Amino acid sequence: MLTAILVMAGIAVALGAVLGFAALRYKVEGDPLVEKIDAILPQTQCGQCGFPGCRPYAEAIARGEADINQCPPGGEEGVKKLAELLGVEAKPLDETHGVTKPKSVAYIDEALCIGCTLCIQACPVDAILGAAKQMHTIIASECTGCELCVAPCPVNCISMVPLKEDLGSWKWKYPVFRLRQAT
Amino acid sequence: MMELQRFPGGIHPEEHKQESSSRPIHAAFVPKKLVVPMRQHIGQPSKPIVKVGDRVLKGQMIAEADGYVSVAMHAPSSGIVTEIGLAAVPHPSGLPDLCITLSTDGRDEWAARTPIDWRNTDPAALRGHVRELGIAGLGGAVFPSSIKLDPAGGPPIHTLILNGGECEPWITCDDRLMRERAEDILEGARIMQHLLGAEKLIAGIEDNKPEAIAAMRAAAERLGLAIEIAAMPTLYPGGGGKQITKTLTGLDTPSGGRTTDVGVQVFNMGTSYALARAILHGEPLISRIVTVTGHVLQPQNFEVLIGTPISELLLHAGERDGTTGVIMGGPMMGFDVPDMDVPVVKATNCVLAKSKELFPPKPRELPCIRCTQCVPVCPAELQPQQLYWFARARDLGRAQEYHLFDCIECGCCSYVCPSHIPLVDYYRFAKSEIWAREKEKRLSDIARERHEFRLFRQEREKKEKAERLAAKAQTKRAEAPAPGDAEQDAKKKLIREALARAQARKAAVTPKNTDNLPPEKQAEIAEIEARRAKIVEIAKQPVEPEQH
Ligand code: SF4
Ligand code: SF4
Ligand code: SF4
Ligand code: SF4
Repeated sequence: MLTAILVMAGIAVALGAVLGFAALRYKVEGDPLVEKIDAILPQTQCGQCGFPGCRPYAEAIARGEADINQCPPGGEEGVKKLAELLGVEAKPLDETHGVTKPKSVAYIDEALCIGCTLCIQACPVDAILGAAKQMHTIIASECTGCELCVAPCPVNCISMVPLKEDLGSWKWKYPVFRLRQAT
Repeated sequence: MMELQRFPGGIHPEEHKQESSSRPIHAAFVPKKLVVPMRQHIGQPSKPIVKVGDRVLKGQMIAEADGYVSVAMHAPSSGIVTEIGLAAVPHPSGLPDLCITLSTDGRDEWAARTPIDWRNTDPAALRGHVRELGIAGLGGAVFPSSIKLDPAGGPPIHTLILNGGECEPWITCDDRLMRERAEDILEGARIMQHLLGAEKLIAGIEDNKPEAIAAMRAAAERLGLAIEIAAMPTLYPGGGGKQITKTLTGLDTPSGGRTTDVGVQVFNMGTSYALARAILHGEPLISRIVTVTGHVLQPQNFEVLIGTPISELLLHAGERDGTTGVIMGGPMMGFDVPDMDVPVVKATNCVLAKSKELFPPKPRELPCIRCTQCVPVCPAELQPQQLYWFARARDLGRAQEYHLFDCIECGCCSYVCPSHIPLVDYYRFAKSEIWAREKEKRLSDIARERHEFRLFRQEREKKEKAERLAAKAQTKRAEAPAPGDAEQDAKKKLIREALARAQARKAAVTPKNTDNLPPEKQAEIAEIEARRAKIVEIAKQPVEPEQH
């Protein structure tokens, strides 16, 4: 029992070290403003802002080359936060970049999947598991809902499923909108 | 006699205890159907280990604990598993959750029960039993007891408090339990004290329960147990963990902390009783005492099998016309059940039927007039009107600065508010919004890390490929025969010859099935090839944002 725990702990520590090392290794040496902007962006990595990921968009904002209202997953609230950080006026989301949608995760119909690996190459966060010619599945907890894997699929077997509210994710509603029973 | 301290704040709502406290606990009945939710405790839901169609015995484990913060679930009576799936559960959201439904056979046939010799059992193993037997806090928080009974990782526990405050109006289940089953409660306390290594054992009971105090004192004497049984002044919310700790020990729990930070662990009377039944008799937690009161013919406490539909319980207590709804828990901290068929769960201490007379509709919410009447009643010494202000404005950061998370949601502030503001609803909204954001933040941090790792990996792969190519080029250059290295030369020659042989063999066996085909077939193949090329092309294109 104890050895098992120790072994597991050892593995955990080793893996942690590897990740930590990797994080340090390729960390882009940080402009603090970029870091702060990037911390607000939702990290969906969908590219709808017109940049290949959240960080490049953050860098563009920091350089003053991009407006703050181009990230649909961040929504109006994200724009507000960016405006606050940069001390500028908030503005409505630029809809040419897309509209805010409810959070979804990708779902692969495993019966149709031909194992072509095109979706794996598209996924920005390595949330798809599978090898060549084997059916693929999505790690739902890692999927950011960026939709980048949907278009490349040659057999159209990937669909986006909105996350359903369940007891684990349920939130108390803002009281004003709460329906009261007529008692 | 110990000296009691006064905790800050508090109110005196009408007690309404008489209605149900005078009758003895009604023995358990077996309903036709039992619905056992998998998420009754704080932490990970239990994992079903039975299948539809299985016959199960009373007390048989039907779902196992999933992870450390979890407990197991057991069949409350014998019968057949008829369904494993989503069903209505008692929760303010009204959302369904995973449940195991049993059709009972009326025989109420027990599975084997094994008492545990706790004095000669390793503490960690004993805590494991507590988890396997499904014990979680019955005072309302339903936190897995095995974790609370683990003293490791925190300051040493010097005092174990048995909480008999039962300060909410209407509820009398602990009162009746203490009157009728005091010895079992104390046996449970003995096991808990042993696990925690606490020197001191105190039971705090509000002084509106004199019979319970007497029964507990008599039982302690019979058992020869060193326990202080204190009669506390009746004051809501005196049964809160931090409040009872203050009253009995004078210790203040730090903001953002728990009572264990000051060396005190608090357990509810019902939990102690359930623990004794589990360890000493091998009976898992499959029933609890529930006060059924309010607008019913015969308010009374019932021993109720977990999973019993509330509607059936109301029938037993005598349903009355003009019932306008049912609260699970008390009027201060309970919530309206969304559906009468939801089952009794481990957290259900009270089922309170409402009528227009007992619970008139709440007057309309008016603006806050900043009267500050809510401030002196707050037991957590917060500024409820400020918290309300921030929560209402969705200024979550400020709400947290004002110690939102020290709020115990006792409802004292809303109780006294002349503007009838449902203050607690605002605090709950703010808290769950903050939790949701923290979770989102965690997820986005993970996404960032994974994305960066992917970029790193691609970079590395590119580099490796370049290196490989460079290395290859170099070997090619080096292949120009180096004079004097005859041995190497001979080897290379051998390899070259082998390669040539292999190629020749391959050419010989490769089926040329695309030659000599009729023209239509050739055309078909060409078309397929074109389609393939197109797909590859599409896949290569960056995805354009959808423009609507
Ligand atoms: S639009 Fe997508 S990639 Fe761009 S910042 Fe927002 S989430 Fe990140
Ligand atoms: S699985 Fe698809 S939707 Fe999810 S993160 Fe990866 S590419 Fe995006
Ligand atoms: S009691 Fe009500 S009206 Fe008075 S200050 Fe508090 S919230 Fe405002
Ligand atoms: S509900 Fe919260 S703010 Fe209101 S009195 Fe209780 S602890 Fe204080």
